Amino acid sequence: MLEVKNISKVYKSSGVETKVLKGISFSINDGEFVAIIGPSGSGKSTLMHILGCLDNPTGGQYFFEGKDVSQLSDDELADIRKKKIGFVFQSFNLLPRTTVLRNAVLPLIYTNISKDEREEIAKKALISVGLDENRFHHLSNQLSGGEMQRVAIARALVNNPAIIFADEPTGNLDSKTGEVVLETFKNLNEQGRTVILITHEKYIAEHTKRIISLKDGEIVEDVINHH
Amino acid sequence: MLITDLFEETYFAIYANKVRSILTILGIVIGIGSVIAMISIGQGAAGSIESSVQSMGSNLITVMPGFQRTFSQISAGRGSAQSLTIEDSEAITQGVPGVLAVAPEVSQRYQVVAKGQNTNTQVVGTVYSYPQVKNVEIFLGVFISDQNVRSMSKVAVLGPITRDDLFGENANPLGQTVRINGINFKVIGVTQSKGGTGFGSQDDIVFIPITTAQKFLAGSNFVSTISVQAESDQAMASVQSAITNLLLRLHNIGDPQMADFSTLSQQDIIESASSITNTMTILLAAIAGISLIVGGIGIMNMMMTTVTERTREIGLRKAIGAKRSDISLQFLAEAVMLTFLGGAIGIILGSALAYGVAFFTALPTKVSLFSIILAFGVSAGIGILFGYWPAQKAAKLNPIEALRYE
Repeated sequence: MLEVKNISKVYKSSGVETKVLKGISFSINDGEFVAIIGPSGSGKSTLMHILGCLDNPTGGQYFFEGKDVSQLSDDELADIRKKKIGFVFQSFNLLPRTTVLRNAVLPLIYTNISKDEREEIAKKALISVGLDENRFHHLSNQLSGGEMQRVAIARALVNNPAIIFADEPTGNLDSKTGEVVLETFKNLNEQGRTVILITHEKYIAEHTKRIISLKDGEIVEDVINHH
Repeated sequence: MLITDLFEETYFAIYANKVRSILTILGIVIGIGSVIAMISIGQGAAGSIESSVQSMGSNLITVMPGFQRTFSQISAGRGSAQSLTIEDSEAITQGVPGVLAVAPEVSQRYQVVAKGQNTNTQVVGTVYSYPQVKNVEIFLGVFISDQNVRSMSKVAVLGPITRDDLFGENANPLGQTVRINGINFKVIGVTQSKGGTGFGSQDDIVFIPITTAQKFLAGSNFVSTISVQAESDQAMASVQSAITNLLLRLHNIGDPQMADFSTLSQQDIIESASSITNTMTILLAAIAGISLIVGGIGIMNMMMTTVTERTREIGLRKAIGAKRSDISLQFLAEAVMLTFLGGAIGIILGSALAYGVAFFTALPTKVSLFSIILAFGVSAGIGILFGYWPAQKAAKLNPIEALRYE
């Protein structure tokens, strides 16, 4: 599914080089449910950006479905994101004052799928994450945090992605709604989706099947989680 | 991205910021509106001048005496020379092909008296073809006949204003007597009003036979002008040059630069008048155009604010697969939609203003298709011009940084 070989990332700002990732190698297979965990500054967000094709690594190789994508251009990466990847963010990033349905449809407007078909797909996705049909035409700012995050998950699903990245998806939620959202990811994984969860909290990582721990830009642990 | 999606996205984005969008659009509305109004007023003025020139008669060429030159080369001004005669006019009638009618005239201002009333007016001595050439219609009675001219009859045809001044409004003066320069003339007709006021009005006028005018009033055989009507618009140029050649030969002048007469076609008058109105129109439209540029800067300002405000949204769109071109197209479409809306409202307001001017003043303004197409083109152009930079700024955003933007 995806494989990184000796990935590194260096940021330069005002002449000072900061090594955020220092030669990371691992691979993730289809259908895995992985947590990437580490304290802030460990490089987990940077790693997610590279894995999610939002950024190029400074060194090393990244194979996405067998294809080296480490040196692709912005637009080529955008194309991979559009077809293969779904994102869920900590702060939801829904369009404000926009209906639930329109938010969920959004990724599909950059495809050539017909309008009716798009709405069908989005509705299915919203139902699959447990949103009630009578909420579809509510505006995004009228929803609770848990509902917002589920709309965001539905939005990540509409392009039928090979892999879903969730960056601290429960960070803005109370623990009870957080559980519901994590349960949603678990269900998706059980349906066969590859899910990668980025978090800094151990108890959230415990929900997954494999935990990769990062510290100072290096992997310190990569274990199967047996619950 | 489908074009309908682009429209939908744009619509939602503008709708989300209704008040700000409307205020920003105002600049374009005012700019386009004033350009439309100014152009239509300018064209109305040109049209009004053209129609008043046309009302003097159609396909008209006027032959005037040239400069009066003495031996000391002091010029007394165009038209001052006494160089044209009735013989010239007859020669034109017979010798120039394509001529429909010729009307020589002698004119001078006199005090005209009738029944204790008097007025100072233009007295024109002319021939029977004058009404045809100068587009004059008879309201009462008859015009001067060929017989009147040959027999030097003391008969007069009054313009409606002169009739009003001498006999009272809408009175019937036929058969009455008017005194011009101490000589009695019998009134045989009144002309139809042509509108037009002020000095040189075609309504404040008295017509008498040209021979009578030459013998009893002017005391010479010269004429003031010869008006020639050509058969058609196309014949104008050839008739004008044929008249020039004929008169040069009759007057024994070899060098056209030394001609003691000049010819002026209606086209010449319209051209010089329309060059003035064109300059005025361009001037007015240019001033209005400045407000368009200011409006365009307003659009750019709003788009810059929008891009900053929606940085996270742009980040998200990029994360879910939007290409640079998708993002820049979206913001460009927003800017063009704003200016286009402004243009459409501006065209409506500008046209309303133009019709208002036409309604409340005598100026027949007209909103031409050209100015509407121009306004639409310009407003879309301004959208692209002033929307390009903000759109590029949005497209170049790094998705990671954009998503983190607070």
